[in-house]
Amino acid sequence: MGQRSVLLVGTRKGAFVLESNAKRARWSVRGPLCEGWPIHAMTIDPASGTVLAAGGSGWYGPAVWRSDDLGKTWTHSSAGLSYGDGGPKIETVWGIARSNGTVYAGVEPAGLFRSDDGGATWRHVEGLTNHPTRADWQPGGGGLCLHSIVPHPTDSRRVWVAISSVGTFETRDGGESWETRNRGVRAGFLPPDGQYPEFGQCVHKLVLADGGERLFQQNHSGVFRSTNGGRQWQDITAGLPSSFGFPMVAHPRRPDTIWTIPLNGAESGRFMPDGQAAVWRSNDAGDSWERHAQGLPQENAYQTVLRDAMAVDPRDPVGVYFGTTGGELYGSSDEGQSWREIAAHLPAIWAVEAAVVD
Amino acid sequence: MAVVLLPRSLVALFPGTPRRLETSGSTVREVIADLDARVPGMWDRLCESGPAIRTHLNVFVAGERASLDTPVPGDATIHVIPAVSGG
Repeated sequence: MGQRSVLLVGTRKGAFVLESNAKRARWSVRGPLCEGWPIHAMTIDPASGTVLAAGGSGWYGPAVWRSDDLGKTWTHSSAGLSYGDGGPKIETVWGIARSNGTVYAGVEPAGLFRSDDGGATWRHVEGLTNHPTRADWQPGGGGLCLHSIVPHPTDSRRVWVAISSVGTFETRDGGESWETRNRGVRAGFLPPDGQYPEFGQCVHKLVLADGGERLFQQNHSGVFRSTNGGRQWQDITAGLPSSFGFPMVAHPRRPDTIWTIPLNGAESGRFMPDGQAAVWRSNDAGDSWERHAQGLPQENAYQTVLRDAMAVDPRDPVGVYFGTTGGELYGSSDEGQSWREIAAHLPAIWAVEAAVVD
Repeated sequence: MAVVLLPRSLVALFPGTPRRLETSGSTVREVIADLDARVPGMWDRLCESGPAIRTHLNVFVAGERASLDTPVPGDATIHVIPAVSGG
């Protein structure tokens, strides 16, 4: 495994690149990059070191930025990132993911685009937009954004996506057709007799655990697990202090280990419960949870962590990282047992990605 | 030829692009197309679906607010100016 540990941090005012060694104790910080554009999501190819940053400028529109030198120089493109002159205007790019030479981008209003040339040009994945439920998708408070893109690790025809206030979909034919994957997921903001619709759930973050069929999601109304690729979900919220939160990450090698950061409630401020920062980990796929707060602020920590602002690295032990909307970045090099502040005073953090490169 | 004056935040996205350019074109649409031919990607930064000039950009031709269809006299000066915003 490479010697350089890298963190990519997307913020409201540009991207940042942090570097450390295998110990991950001290980090250098470079930024703001991408000309200070709002950056919602970032990804890196560990083999090539190519970085992609997804976002959009209020003045200049949506784009995916690309750097082949760990953020020293950048290009950007939105060629083809459009619903056409008669379609709705794309506000920004919310999600970015790589899979077998293809790059996927999720946008607002919700839709999926793909690039087969590393982000230089984009093509609309029309099958999702043509889904029969599309006319009834309704934006929530966070807009109608496609944020989570989860390619299957070995079957390039399979991809899951998650859309706020709409739910999860899966394609098994490379994007031609899509099926809803929301059975068993509660929509607690709907009347009691209609809280399990086919779609309309507000998924906040969707992740795949190693293997290909085990999915987890932090939802507006709880945390859920699926062991069959999203065909059926089980509520695993019991044991957490709140059903509400945004981020969720899975261990890269142990599919029973996941982390989330509960916030106090959708209508209660959306900050760490009781102003005490904590990360919650499960080692049994969500059957039970343990709170970890060593090294995190335990007084007046009214912090918020958003959906893409948490990440894990592939080292052993795994490094876990999260950033707050107050611009603090925390890291753990012991799988979330203890934490230290890596950076502070950054702009509002929207995205964190971790990797190891040569 | 008309002269286009571009904002610093725009040319920063295309390293090496000067802020002052002489362009051809008899409308704003043709001027932006000319810019895009010389600086690929410029159209997407200035225009959104419709097509239309992006909501939070203002284009002025000889001091008057313009749309894509606004005529451009040969001696005109065209200003591209980001709208004011907070934060």
